[in-house]
Formats: sequence, structure tokens, C-alpha cells
Amino acid sequence: MALLEVEDLTVVFGRKGIEPTVAVDKVSFTVESGQTIGLVGESGSGKSVTSLAIMGLLPKRGVQVTGSVRFEGTELLSLSDAQMRDRRGRDLGMVFQDPLSALNPVITIGKQLTETLQRHQGLDNKQARAEAVELLQKVGIPDPARRIDEYPHQLSGGMRQRVMIAIALACRPKLLIADEPTTALDVTIQAQILRLLSELVANTETAMIMITHDLGVVAGLCDEVNVMYGGRIVERAERYALFAEPRHPYTNGLLGSIPRLDMPRGERLVPITGSVIDNIPWTEGCAFAPRCPNANDDCVQGPPPLEELPGGRMLRCYHPVEPAAEQPATSEVAR
Amino acid sequence: MTGWALAGSHHTGGSMLRFIVRRLLQAIPTLFILSLLIFAWFRALPGGPASAMLGERATPQRIAELNETMGLNDPIPVQYLKFLGRMLNGDFGTSTITGDSVLTEIGRHFPATIELAFAALFLAVAFGIPFGYLAARYRGSLFDTGIVISTLVGVAVPVFFLGFLLKYVFSTQLAWLPPSGRQDVDIDATSVTGFATLDGILTGEFDATLNALEHLALPAIALATIPFAVIVRITRASVLDVLNEDFIRTAESKGLTAQVVRTRHVLRNALLPVATTIGLQTGLLLAGAVLTEKVFVWRGLGFLLAQGIEQRDYPRLQALILLAAVVYVVVNLLVDISYAIIDPRVRVS
Repeated sequence: MALLEVEDLTVVFGRKGIEPTVAVDKVSFTVESGQTIGLVGESGSGKSVTSLAIMGLLPKRGVQVTGSVRFEGTELLSLSDAQMRDRRGRDLGMVFQDPLSALNPVITIGKQLTETLQRHQGLDNKQARAEAVELLQKVGIPDPARRIDEYPHQLSGGMRQRVMIAIALACRPKLLIADEPTTALDVTIQAQILRLLSELVANTETAMIMITHDLGVVAGLCDEVNVMYGGRIVERAERYALFAEPRHPYTNGLLGSIPRLDMPRGERLVPITGSVIDNIPWTEGCAFAPRCPNANDDCVQGPPPLEELPGGRMLRCYHPVEPAAEQPATSEVAR
Repeated sequence: MTGWALAGSHHTGGSMLRFIVRRLLQAIPTLFILSLLIFAWFRALPGGPASAMLGERATPQRIAELNETMGLNDPIPVQYLKFLGRMLNGDFGTSTITGDSVLTEIGRHFPATIELAFAALFLAVAFGIPFGYLAARYRGSLFDTGIVISTLVGVAVPVFFLGFLLKYVFSTQLAWLPPSGRQDVDIDATSVTGFATLDGILTGEFDATLNALEHLALPAIALATIPFAVIVRITRASVLDVLNEDFIRTAESKGLTAQVVRTRHVLRNALLPVATTIGLQTGLLLAGAVLTEKVFVWRGLGFLLAQGIEQRDYPRLQALILLAAVVYVVVNLLVDISYAIIDPRVRVS
């Protein structure tokens, strides 16, 4: 049994009188124990909403979540609020994008750590504090015994994200969801945080869902990558296969828009034209069609299905990029 | 709950003390400027202070006499230094109405106003914060809509009108509560501190305290209405803001109980703007107290002030203005300190 099985997860935002928006559309994937998978896409692709739905953190009003999210066989979507609170922080941890806004400004980082330890592990004040110091040590905070009484604004951005990671991993969850954990940080810090995350999950056998718009992040970290577009998964492949042979034009576009070390000098990066607002609804055809270089009339006749290709790859496209035609097979991707 | 009450007490205690000292020092120039303004105001009265004080009785001879006795013939800087010296010694002169020292007069009436203002502020805060919080929590509900509308009415109704209304309903019609005064004379209460409610407790005359509370109820409610309405609205808006903050989502992601998320994470952050509001409202409370005291024949500072204005008792007015300013400075100092207790970022900057 997989650790996490997401099946046909659908999230619809809608209020009375307003046209409902399908943010996540029948998304299915599984995460095995200790595995790291990537959810990749632009803003608005539904990747963050997917993670919030798994965590049960979407607002109750005006949001409709259907489908199935099974964690160790338990259906999370049918748990009560109280039952879900018992799971969050204990079985499922989450790291957010901007550690400054994600940490409470008026509470010491120590308290923010110990409150989750005390909630789930029943430690007393002293034990929780000792454990918190150890956790801060583990995520690379220097002088943790002193730092523990500081407030978020007294720490640097990188330090704050380390604290956030310590909080998320405090109760040794089986699954960690990292939602753009490096996006708000300086480039020099990003690599450090990614290394820390990958070390920690490897050492503790924690499974991780890495949510990012940055394929560079995925390249160093994920076993399997799901590329999302317009609320649906458009391509899924094992990491090396995906980078070596992107089949969906959108994946190909994402790869083409990041600089690579093995790229000939003077060659320009190829951005994906248009933006998410050009999408057409999936009911009318492929949402990416208006921006797709391969699109023709077929693409707007009806939505392409997600089909399994040899090698376990999943692809949702009528006119995929032909393998090895324009992408030289290589696993050397710039980070 | 206990954790965050002590949040500032670890190694940040030193910075807290430094913050308070710094704020106290900042109060000095404020008060200095105020003393200058009051001094200038007194000298800028039409026809000069002497003729203003004498009013219709002003003859050139009496003006000259008064100028002499009040030292108004000295050069302005000398006058100011003397004025400042007298203030620092607590010498505010004698009231032209009663002939008593202004300080004695204020001492006599201060407790009544403090009692009224404190009761009003207590009501406004004790009910305002919970109501505002609940309105935000059940946003869009009937309760919320009711709160939003009734607080709008609360802000819009003038204090004196509300005072008369309360008096009419609860005293004249229902006869539940006394219409005016601080205490019935036939209670024969012993006065210790001048605070009627407190004295009864101190001397064991609990019937006196009860009687004083009955008298206090209506004026306190009238005076509390506006600050209550403002605090409700600010609390509601502030809680709604905080609920959208990322750190609330983080708190939820840790699986904390709803109770802990609400008190430790939502409420504490939401109280920051509320603290500022309470400070500002306290200043306005003093102004509102003048009207309330008039309506309920409450012999406090408002009564003293109104009488002083009617009869041009400048020494008294001067002292009252300075007192109001000092109270305002002190209240805002307390607000800033409470702010620093709630928000560590204020301490460091």
C-alpha cells in the first residue's frame, strides 16, 4: 500500500452567483514511503491548491473538495476537523513559501516549535524545549540554545526557513509537503535549503511532495515528477526520463526556458508564449493549446486523455514532442 | 495562554526596560511643548489675561493691580520660567470661583471622573473585544450583521442624547436605577479615597458600594457606548485580517487545536491595533466625560471644567488642560508599553 494515494482529487471554488472555478481537476498520484515526488507548474496550475487539499487546509466555505486522499489507507477527506488536526503536524508536515509571513511574528521560534511537540507528543515544557533545541541544531541553526528565544524578525530569511523546516519535521511526519520552499529566498540560500531538505528526508525516511515552478529544484531532488497545467496533470515521468525526453510541449517549454550549462554559447532561452490567462477550459480541449507550438485543430476538439506510455510515463497530449528529435538525451541539467 | 503572557520575560526583559525608559524620556519634550502652549494661550487672551479674568469688572486700575500681583509685567521669558517653576511645584493658583487652591479642587473631583472613565473603559473593552471577535468568527451571520449595524448606530448617537435616553427609560419609566448623582446622601458613606465604589469595600459598607454602582451604571454605559462600538469594529476588522495571514495557516498545519489557534495565534496578533484604539478612545473618553457628567449631574472634572468655562476661571482651566494632557500622555505611554509586551518587534526598533 502506498503511503499516500490521491485519486481524482478535484477542488472547485465557487460562491453563489459566481461562476465556479475548477482549480484542481481529477488529479491522481501516489507517494510511496520515503519517496520524493515533484509537482511542477506555473502559478495557477493548481499545485498549491492540491497540497492544501491534501492537508485539509482549504477554507470550508466556498470550496468543494471531491475525490479521494488516502493516507496509509485512511480516507483523509472524510475525517472530522478534530481528527484531521490530530494528523496534521504529526503524520503530515508542511513547509510554506515565505518563512517570514509563515511564522507568527509575536511568538518566539522556540514556542512555535514546542507547541507542536507538546500538542502531538505530550512532552512537558522542559522536554519540549530540550527537543526544540535539538531540532534547531539539526536544521543548522547556530547556537540554538540562545536562538530559541528569538523572534522570527531577528533571524535571516534562510534561518527562518530552517526554523520552518524544523517545525514541519518536529514530530517526524511520514509525509512532508514543501510548497515552493526556496522561492522567497536568495539564490545562494536556495541550494543550502534544498540540500538540508533532501538530507533530512533521506535520513528519516520521510516521503516528500516538492511543489515548485522551478524544474531546477526538481532535478536535484525528486524521484518522480508530475507536471501540472490548468489544474490537471499533463505529464508524469521518472526524473531522468522527464529531463532527457520531455514529451509534453509544456514540459518541453519549461525546460527550454531554464538556462543550461551545456547550452551552446549565445543561444537564446525560449520562453513559453502567452500566460495562464490564455487557457481554454479543459472541457473544450487542451487547456495549453492556445500557447502550444504543436497545437492544431485536434487540440480544441476535445480534452486529451491522460495515457500511459511505455516506461510508465503518463502523458496528456495529442501532439507530443517526438523523443530525441530536438532534445539531445542528457541528464545534465543546470541547477 | 500562560506561555505568551510570559513571552517577553526571558532574555528580552532588558530590552523591555530600555523601551520603557526611552518612552518616558520622550514624554518630557511632549509635556514641555504643552506647557508652552498653555502659557501662550493664557497670554493671548483678548485684552490680556487680566482683563479676560476680570470680565465686566475690568477697570484700568484693577487690571494694573492684577498684572502686578500675577507678575504679568515681567518680560515674557521670565514669566514663562516662573510659570514653569510654579507648575513643577504643583502651584496652579486659586480658583476665582471658589477661592480654593485649584489643586484641592481637582483632588476633590478627580476620583469621580476616574471612577466613571474607568468603569466606561472597562465595559467598552470587556464587551468590545469578545463581541468584535465573535462577529469576525461568524462573519456574514445574522449576529455579525447585527453587530455591524448596531455599532454604527452606537458611534453615531451623541453621548448626551444617549444619556438622556437611558435616564428616561431606566430611571423615569422603569425606575430601576437612580437618574443622577454618585451616591444617595442618606447612605452616609465614609469617604476614604474619594472613590465611592472602593470606599464601601474598604470600610465594609457594602451597601454604599452597591448604591454607588447603581449610580455609576447609567453614566458608565452612556460613556462606554462610543468606545465600545469603535473597539468592536476595530477588533472585528483586525481579526479578519489576521485570519488571512500565512502564519495562521502554519498554525493550522501543525494540527494545533482550534482553541490554541484562536487565542495564541489569532487573538494576540489581532489585539495590536485594538491596543492603539483603546489609547485613542481613552483620550476621547475624557471629552465625553464632560457631557456625561453634565447629563447625570456627576460632580467630576467635567463639571469643574464646564463651570470654569462658564465663569472664566482661568487658573482652574489652565490646570485642567494640563491635567488632561498629562493623562493623555500617560495613557498613550501605557498603550505603547502594552504594545511592546504584545509585539516584540516594537521593542527592538
